[in-house]
Amino acid sequence: MTATQDRPAAEIGKDRRRKEDQRLITGRTRWTDNITLPGMLHLAMVRSPFAHATITSIDVEAAKASPNVVAVLTGKDFGDELGVCINAWPITPDQKTPAHSPMPADRVAFAGEVVAVVVARSAAEARDAAELVDVEYDELPAVVGIKNALEDSVLAHPDLGTNKSALWVFDSGDAGTGGDVEAAIEEARANGIVIEREYRQQRLIPAFMEPRSVVVDPTGEQITMWSATQIPHILRFALAATTGVPESKIRVIAPDVGGGFGGKLQTTPEEWIAWAVARRLAKPVKYTETRSESLLAAHHGRDQVQTLTLAADKDGKVTGFKVHLDADLGAYIAIVGGGVPVLGAFMFNAIYKFPSYRFECQTVLTNTTLTDAYRGAGRPEATYAVERMMDELAAEVGVDPLEIRERNWITHEEFPFTTVAGLEYDSGNYEAATAKAKESFGYDALRAEQKERRERGDRVQLGIGVSTFTEMCGLAPSRVLGSLDYGAGGWEHASVRMLATGKVEIVTGASAHGQGHETAFSQIVADRLGVPFEDVEVLHGDTQIAHKGLDTYGSRSLPVGGVAIAMACDKVIEKAKTIAAHQLECAAEDLQFVGGTFSVKGSPDRALPLAAIAFGAFTAHNLPEGCEPNLEAQVSYDPPNFSWPFGTHMCVVEVDTETGAVEILKYIAVDDCGNQINPLIVEGQVHGGVVQGIAQALFEEAVYDSDGNLKTSTLAEYLVPAACDVPPITTAHTTTPSPTNQLGVKGIGEAGTIGAAPTVINAIIDALSSLGVKSMAMPASPQTVWKTIQAARGGKK
Amino acid sequence: MIPAAFDYKRASSAAEAISLVGQYGSDAKFLAGGHSLLPLMKLRLAQPAMLIDIGRVKDLSYIKDAGKHIAIGALTRHMDVETSKVLHEHAPLLSHAAAHVGDSQVRHRGTIGGSIAHADPASDLPATTLALGATYVVQGPKGQREIAAAKFFKGFLESDLAADEMLVEIRVPKMQGAGWSFQKFNRRAQDWAIVGVAAWRRKNEAGVALVNMGSTPILATSVAGALAKGASVGDAAALASNEADPQSDLNASTEYRKHLASVLVRRALEDASK
Repeated sequence: MTATQDRPAAEIGKDRRRKEDQRLITGRTRWTDNITLPGMLHLAMVRSPFAHATITSIDVEAAKASPNVVAVLTGKDFGDELGVCINAWPITPDQKTPAHSPMPADRVAFAGEVVAVVVARSAAEARDAAELVDVEYDELPAVVGIKNALEDSVLAHPDLGTNKSALWVFDSGDAGTGGDVEAAIEEARANGIVIEREYRQQRLIPAFMEPRSVVVDPTGEQITMWSATQIPHILRFALAATTGVPESKIRVIAPDVGGGFGGKLQTTPEEWIAWAVARRLAKPVKYTETRSESLLAAHHGRDQVQTLTLAADKDGKVTGFKVHLDADLGAYIAIVGGGVPVLGAFMFNAIYKFPSYRFECQTVLTNTTLTDAYRGAGRPEATYAVERMMDELAAEVGVDPLEIRERNWITHEEFPFTTVAGLEYDSGNYEAATAKAKESFGYDALRAEQKERRERGDRVQLGIGVSTFTEMCGLAPSRVLGSLDYGAGGWEHASVRMLATGKVEIVTGASAHGQGHETAFSQIVADRLGVPFEDVEVLHGDTQIAHKGLDTYGSRSLPVGGVAIAMACDKVIEKAKTIAAHQLECAAEDLQFVGGTFSVKGSPDRALPLAAIAFGAFTAHNLPEGCEPNLEAQVSYDPPNFSWPFGTHMCVVEVDTETGAVEILKYIAVDDCGNQINPLIVEGQVHGGVVQGIAQALFEEAVYDSDGNLKTSTLAEYLVPAACDVPPITTAHTTTPSPTNQLGVKGIGEAGTIGAAPTVINAIIDALSSLGVKSMAMPASPQTVWKTIQAARGGKK
Repeated sequence: MIPAAFDYKRASSAAEAISLVGQYGSDAKFLAGGHSLLPLMKLRLAQPAMLIDIGRVKDLSYIKDAGKHIAIGALTRHMDVETSKVLHEHAPLLSHAAAHVGDSQVRHRGTIGGSIAHADPASDLPATTLALGATYVVQGPKGQREIAAAKFFKGFLESDLAADEMLVEIRVPKMQGAGWSFQKFNRRAQDWAIVGVAAWRRKNEAGVALVNMGSTPILATSVAGALAKGASVGDAAALASNEADPQSDLNASTEYRKHLASVLVRRALEDASK
């Protein structure tokens, strides 16, 4: 037990409104695009209209002659000076990785790839001149779509000789974590149930609110890059590793960043180009993409074909699960592009006890925009597959979908539980979350209404959808990342500094892009140190201030970054205690620390508040022998395990069988993310996540034509839902603390997205099952639903 | 989202606007609410060299009872059409349809004349005024002329308006208690309709127009004709696409659009018959 735990928590668990919201919502803040430097020049990118083509010539003369144009530069002008875009996670030693130049000089491999950059005194003049750059291309055949890529008849990169990049395999029989899945399938074919399905995870676009933006100032001792990024520290490392500038000469700042959802977990060609232009011209430059450029060129997510074989006994107890993924990387391999589908390897077994399991992931290259992390990153895809399969199994066995899950899930007494995929789940209580969801949902009454509508043959049918899930959060124990050949660790760094005036500065390496770190971290610190919430300042996102860190993704900020902060607070308290003992002339063991004040047990008037100790440590007039001045501490924390939040989501939909329109009437999300620091933020994260999951189920898809042109290149075609398009969401929670970190927290940023898509699709299929509908493609647009109904009815209207 | 360079003039009257457009010819575009033109310009799909801003021509924003019809100034904002008491009484279909245009920001800026002059088959008000048998009054250098809505729309974003003419007034016949319905089918509330239907019915008389079922707003004359001859609502609705030629896009194939048109026309006529 630490010294802090003998006082009651006041801040943790409080519904604090977020302190950062005023500036974020009004926009009166340091967005990258708001930064203006003296003499700054503006960039516009010239992008390839072809998915695959040889660049035969680029005529820049007309653009150069355009008003206030300073330079027009191409890949040829830069050569090696541009550096390269990196893939930090080669998933196999023999992975085929195409060379990825930020601005290729000879050949483009997707529509939207940058071929030239215009530098002008204003953004408008740069944009005008970009229209005048005359690029001649020889069009090459483009490969679009996973199935086409697998055929290898048209190659995304002819020099590689194949579109198949890597095959990553996990087999529980080989790993010793379970049985032989082929034997289980064989047995089930003879005496049980085998379900074979193919599901598609459509390609999505993260569609963060703030477009990507980058400013580079090469004029100081360090070259400074401001970028709307999730990963300032990784970006700095990658710039050093690929452009030849020493890391110590690079400062990266992620100022306030307007959303990312994984879409800004990237090192981008545009950043590298801006970097090279600023250095070449020795002037500050800025580039801010348009919305259409963002949809076209910022990385996409999902895009998998899942081939699944589930084996079960006659009672619906699963005996084996075999998963083959084909995953579209796009034209090059993004920073963790190949690793994202591989994360699914640990999630297809979900909350269940599968005795045998095999996972294969074949990554393929196509002439399309790169894919990489998008909210959930590998886990929503896996959860969708297994939760659809559980519904299919329930239908096969003839039991309620909740019943089939109960027959297979890990019970709460069985934690910690080592899964068939080889990882250890920290804690869970799926029974409790499901019971809570079922009760507040009114499950039994809805089933009764559904039955009535079916019997009447109503035009509008009712469907109930359920999804349970867990997810691996708190990325990540460094040794696990090492075993997966990822190029970095998973620790996080924190500093806690008591200032002379008693105020507190916290420095975290987890840089927020809308999550509310400043509020949640302040609550942790206020409780630990017994200082007012308002006295805590959270600093992040600038490598000169937060000199160590591994940034924000994978629901890691609280279970890794937050825990590091709590540990640093404890170190501050330990040091303060030695100073207090010295000044109060007592033994450290005789002190108690309550409400931010040290006092001698039994003599409450012999006391020193932390602020006084901080001032004493600053003046250093009267410190114990050997004690360094100042009251501060640093911690680098490497989590011993992932954390495993979980939950049960339910929704009820109405499907108009005449038009295919789907309306979600009610959505309930019961999430368990362990202890909650700020329930209001948790609720907000669940709402946002559920909306993005509903978006995958009903609205969004990045659509390419067969030539590799993105058809959904504006928000009129790429259907991000608005508030009026989604139902009211009811949230509730159970609390099962993580035993592997001292805050008992688990992470909540991605849960909603993971639970929602299968919940909604299960509900639609449930509504239409009496018409013979057994599957539903995503997004379940009215047309798709209508066509599916038509097909099930055998074409009869 | 930076449009190509353009010049800008603000007109204070219709006459001044028409004189300006005469001066600059086909390089000029009128700017009213800006909710159709500006997005096209930001995408550089439209690059007019001159914008003539008519947004402050105040005397073209009105809704008046003119006896047999309601006269609506071309620069009347959607929000004013939506909330007009005169229209609620005499042309409720139009004010109801106006409430379905975009979102409330759009409705506070966009104008009925701008929407009609833009001649987008996916817009709600061209089809609605077409169903209602409206007449459009346009003004050119030689004065005003009237064009029946049924003769106005010539092709995708093309109308009978000459380059130096401006739409100044929309005349909507009073509905005289006819039943009516507006059906808008879309994936997101604020989107253009995948298919929309504006319909009214009074005994055997009916007017039905379709949104986004071809290159222009479509008057479903077969439906109205069948009803006049006593056909059932269901039989008449089956003829919904007779005059239509819908395209296929990401949201709907031609076949699905035709199916939706029949369903929505049937629902609209049922609704209008209540």
